[in-house]
Amino acid sequence: MSPSKKREACTVPKVRVATTSLAGCFGCHMSFLDMDERIVGLLEHVEFSRSPINDIKHCEPCDIGLIEGALCNADNVHVLKEFRENCKILIAVGACAINGGVPAMRNNFTLAECLEEAFLDEIGVDNPQIPNDVEIPLLLSKVHPIHEVVKVDYYLPGCPPPADAFVKILTDLLEGKEPSLPKDMLHYD
Amino acid sequence: MSAKMITIDGTEVPFEAGQTIMDAALAADIYIPHLCHKPGLSPHGSCKLCTVDVDGRAVSACTLPAAEGQKIENNTPALNEVRKTITQMLFVEGNHLCPSCEKSGDCTLQAVGYHLGMLDGHFPQFYPRRAVDASHPTLMLDRDRCIMCELCVRASREIDGKDVFAISGRGTGRQLIVNSATGKLADSDIETDDLAAHICPVGAILIKDHGYEVPIGRRTFDLHSVAETDLEEIILKKTVHHDQDDESVEKEGGMYSA
Ligand code: SF4
Ligand code: SF4
Ligand code: FES
Repeated sequence: MSPSKKREACTVPKVRVATTSLAGCFGCHMSFLDMDERIVGLLEHVEFSRSPINDIKHCEPCDIGLIEGALCNADNVHVLKEFRENCKILIAVGACAINGGVPAMRNNFTLAECLEEAFLDEIGVDNPQIPNDVEIPLLLSKVHPIHEVVKVDYYLPGCPPPADAFVKILTDLLEGKEPSLPKDMLHYD
Repeated sequence: MSAKMITIDGTEVPFEAGQTIMDAALAADIYIPHLCHKPGLSPHGSCKLCTVDVDGRAVSACTLPAAEGQKIENNTPALNEVRKTITQMLFVEGNHLCPSCEKSGDCTLQAVGYHLGMLDGHFPQFYPRRAVDASHPTLMLDRDRCIMCELCVRASREIDGKDVFAISGRGTGRQLIVNSATGKLADSDIETDDLAAHICPVGAILIKDHGYEVPIGRRTFDLHSVAETDLEEIILKKTVHHDQDDESVEKEGGMYSA
């Protein structure tokens, strides 16, 4: 209740943005923060719901959701669905969210091969056993891009996307324009 | 003899008998997007990126002979949208994880994606699992990045005179094979100096011990768009052709250097 009350107190309601990292490396969030002091200007127009940069545990109804990372386990799928249900606009950020990215290289192996290598066969493993606790989300047999599970509205490519690309796409959306990336901000690596 | 003409996006372009639409366009410095075409090798017609509208019909510019009076549409939003879809198909069909690919920044497929403003793969990923061949001392083959353009097949056959590669299988099961008794690159005649070892437009055929050498910002497609490099290649070929006496020029210093 209190966050929405605060919003009503402002003259112009702020645009609500939620962000999350699924099977990501947090590099896209770092690149987002690479906008440096420009984030001060952004915060005049934007307030954050659930995000790794605050303590909010669940995604509230939002205007924009930024998703970093692919889907690699069951929890990723739940979080992604929560974001889709609450965000008017969902943006796949970075190579992992868009096509699975480097984590999808594990799709060249079976899940059993990956777990055995990491927890049983790897050098230096003592008490070899594959973790098996209900607290731990089960891995999916393959890594998937997010658009294979929910509808995605926009894509921000790059590994990670440049800070300028975050500024551009958010500025376009705040101004009510269709987001577009200039050629010099478009790369997949 | 007055030159025969075709029209590309309203511009008159001369052509000579025997030239395809692609030949005539490139000679006139007009870029038609392409991946499986390389001047000097026989046309292939597999990537379909060079699809243009000739008098209202969709055709491959690299295989259709130019003919007097053809009205050709090339650089239109509709055709570029189709080309983007084709490029997305090529991306999802393989494992194009550019962030870890040694060819990133020097890859023609990627550059075509940039040229067409491709943001995502749109289609579900195939995630193929095809064998890597690292048997050769100086070359390696990552089949999951192969777009089956057969440039290596043609270069080996037509220029190197070796016939090292072929495409085998059907439908989505197709893949690049090596024509050696064991099917391994190490047991083929391929050498690092062969054109076939360098012609791959993506990161499928790689030279070992030579990755990540060029700083980001100075790679081929950091500096030039794919349109610029593909047209420049033709200009190089034009200069090379004056020097017919020395056969090695074309192979070493000319259109294939880069
Ligand atoms: S071959 Fe090209 S498109 Fe494929 S992963 Fe490598 S750089 Fe990317
Ligand atoms: S290995 Fe490279 S050159 Fe050969 S068919 Fe595949 S993509 Fe084309
Ligand atoms: S360049 Fe014409 S089909 Fe590939």
